[in-house]
Amino acid sequence: MKFLRSPQAAPFLLLLPSIVVILAVVAVPLLVSFWTSFTPYNLTRPATLYDFVGWRNYRRLMGNSDFWWAFGRTVVFITIALNLELLLGLGLALLMNNIRKGERTLRTIMMFPMMFSPILVGFMFKYLFNDAIGLVNNALFDLYIISRPIPWLVDGVLANLTIILAEIWMSTSVFAILLLAGLLALPKEPIEAARVDGCNPWQVFRHITLPFLMPFIFIAMTIRSLDVARAYDMVRIMTNGGPAGRTELIWTLMVRTGYQNSQMGMANAMGYVSILLSIFFTVYFYRKLVAARSFMGGAQ
Amino acid sequence: MSEGRTIERPWQRWLIRFGVFVAMALLCIPGVWVVLTAFRPNIEVLARPTVWIPEVWTLDNFRRLFGFSSTQQGLPVAAYFINSLVISLTSTVVAILVGMAGGYAFARYSFRGKGALFLAFMLSRTVPGVALSLPLFILWGRLGIIDTSFGLILVYMAINIPFTIWLTDGFFRQIPPDLSEAAQIDGCTRWQAFWKVEFPLARAGLASAGIFAFLTSWNEYALAAQLTRTTASKTMPVGLMDFTAQFTVDWTGMSAMAVLIIIPALILTFIVQKHLIAGLTFGGVKG
Repeated sequence: MKFLRSPQAAPFLLLLPSIVVILAVVAVPLLVSFWTSFTPYNLTRPATLYDFVGWRNYRRLMGNSDFWWAFGRTVVFITIALNLELLLGLGLALLMNNIRKGERTLRTIMMFPMMFSPILVGFMFKYLFNDAIGLVNNALFDLYIISRPIPWLVDGVLANLTIILAEIWMSTSVFAILLLAGLLALPKEPIEAARVDGCNPWQVFRHITLPFLMPFIFIAMTIRSLDVARAYDMVRIMTNGGPAGRTELIWTLMVRTGYQNSQMGMANAMGYVSILLSIFFTVYFYRKLVAARSFMGGAQ
Repeated sequence: MSEGRTIERPWQRWLIRFGVFVAMALLCIPGVWVVLTAFRPNIEVLARPTVWIPEVWTLDNFRRLFGFSSTQQGLPVAAYFINSLVISLTSTVVAILVGMAGGYAFARYSFRGKGALFLAFMLSRTVPGVALSLPLFILWGRLGIIDTSFGLILVYMAINIPFTIWLTDGFFRQIPPDLSEAAQIDGCTRWQAFWKVEFPLARAGLASAGIFAFLTSWNEYALAAQLTRTTASKTMPVGLMDFTAQFTVDWTGMSAMAVLIIIPALILTFIVQKHLIAGLTFGGVKG
């Protein structure tokens, strides 16, 4: 009791509610999930939750080509999406930085996709890219570019492309907004000095603007990598892994295994793989962020 | 800042304007198209050749959603909407209060294991909702809180607390500690000093943290899809998904529902849009 009244106790008391909630809703379930991944737990046979089978689920996953396809597709998907979002976001931020009239309105428009629920984005793109009545096919048709509808979400390759497009539409703004904030905070003196010394615009960008933007780029990457799994909602409504498993990501496969096939043990093993994947991306960018921050000497 | 720029040539300026225009068009068209669809009869959606501008404007789609129309079975959208609102607002308010206390502790005190604890909070946010839904489905099932608002509120609180801590930690650090120290010298307790000095200064930041929390809960699907079952707790995103799973695809009805999902988010974002960007960057950069 004495400790509770001492000044050292204050931060712990303040943090206690947060810790309790996270323990109850994240940490304990993760332990349950960990245990379950070592059992053959099946929702239709509750008693199987207490059978310990060691690494069997993980070994089966390692030998399962469907899983490896979904895993590989997820990694490729994240990598392509994050890189394109960064490039497009940087481009958009540089463009916006040169606009002087109505910039406030434009910035608000730029934030639209951030407010959209991923499930809503998925619905929108499912509708826009519908082969029979979608806006995209209709427009191409009326412009005489195509004579037969393009099967956007029916063809395996095109479906992946459409999903990446939707992902980029949804998340490029995050990069654009954060990088624009960085550009607006950019000190003017070094740039003017470089110009006086005869640097061309590319050199200014490469050696002054870009290094300054690095921490902002890594913040954006860290924030984005926190919720890459949002893509699940989108894919769920657009294709749900189809056609014939060609857009299956680790998250859709996990849900199918766990809830539709009731194989909770196996699904939790997949869940752990997906958690490690997310943690890997976040930690990777967070470390870059810390490094970039200390490189900037805390100047900003 | 206009003096510092090098773009003098008119064609360059027009190129930039063109680029911005194209980007904005791409960002707006999907949403505008869905809004247009929400206000037109289904027959126009299916029409050939394409009807670009609605010829008939109608509120039928919305009436149908709320069951005021005799033409079709309504989804219980009113119930979903109220569930979404109650769950999102409650979890946001609690997450902000709890997270604010945590953020304040990280900003103002130094204690053992501070860095590790902060990292642990952030890592808890990394866990994908889909993966977390599996054990929560098992646990909540045993506790009997599946398909209750309470179960979902609890989950959304936990999702929002780490990000709130991250943001508020940044905001409180912006406020010089001298201010509250001065208030304490003048006779305030630390508690009073917080509410009278630091809280008002951090209010804008807290508002943006609140918006982020609200949007996260309002838009969440993966967890809600597994932890809700009936109108007792189903939220709008789950309702929209149900809609697509129906036998006939009703594009206008779904668009109307999409509009209902986006309106509250839109209103809230406009209210605090100025602070939103500041919140993200200050909380993050000044570590």
